Amino acid sequence: MNSVSPESGLVVAAVLFALGLGGVLARRNMLFVLMSIEIMLNAAALAMITAGARHHAADGQVMFMFILATAAAEVAVGLAIVLLIYRRRRTLDVDEAREMRG
Amino acid sequence: MQGLFYVSAAVAVLATALVVTRRNAAHALLYLVLSLAAVAGMFYALGAPLAAALEVIVYAGAIMVLFVFAVMVLALGREGERQESQWLRPRMWLGPAALAAVLLGELIYVLASGAAAVAGGTPVVVGPQEVGAALFGPYALGAELSSMLLLAGMVAAYHLARRKQMDEKEGER
Repeated sequence: MNSVSPESGLVVAAVLFALGLGGVLARRNMLFVLMSIEIMLNAAALAMITAGARHHAADGQVMFMFILATAAAEVAVGLAIVLLIYRRRRTLDVDEAREMRG
Repeated sequence: MQGLFYVSAAVAVLATALVVTRRNAAHALLYLVLSLAAVAGMFYALGAPLAAALEVIVYAGAIMVLFVFAVMVLALGREGERQESQWLRPRMWLGPAALAAVLLGELIYVLASGAAAVAGGTPVVVGPQEVGAALFGPYALGAELSSMLLLAGMVAAYHLARRKQMDEKEGER
């Protein structure tokens, strides 16, 4: 069984994270910002799994489960807020949300 | 195993790049599901079958369904696409994209220069049994905390949706 070097896994995780970060910074549609955050969380999970595989330990997959739970909670609340803002402002522009208070 | 990993990695990166550049939210969602599936393939190649299965079930399944519902509720059609292309002028995204590329180059440089110190290991499959033992053994507190986080997320989503309904009733009066 050939081994996958841990560096290549971390490099792919870094590429995915950078793509997600670019999406968060560049997009103004709230839905795309949420998707980019998902991509970044997923890249972090990939780094965890890679590290776990490097040390042959289950800890990486346990951390992946925690990231999964965090992502699920984040996306539920985030999408609820996006729907609420869309209902009030009739737009998905993130700049519209800067006056959000209370 | 190595071939699977690198092909999955190429697909994941390409699909993710397409996610952040699409104008239509539904198209982007399709690419995002593809990207998550490719990442699941990478997990499998790294010897983490449980994580690969959970990635497909929870991420590509449950979380993406939430996004699909949101896209359906928001009903972003031609108008949304036009607005999005108006927002996505090169001067809007070139700066952030260049910054993200610099950060990426930095990360790759650090990883490549520090790689010599770390010896590569053979992929040993870490099965669900070991993960479960670790999750409910030394990480039991973390599991309890994440269950509380999920409960908090559920309560918050319910609260936000309920307030929305009340606003609608007030609007009708």
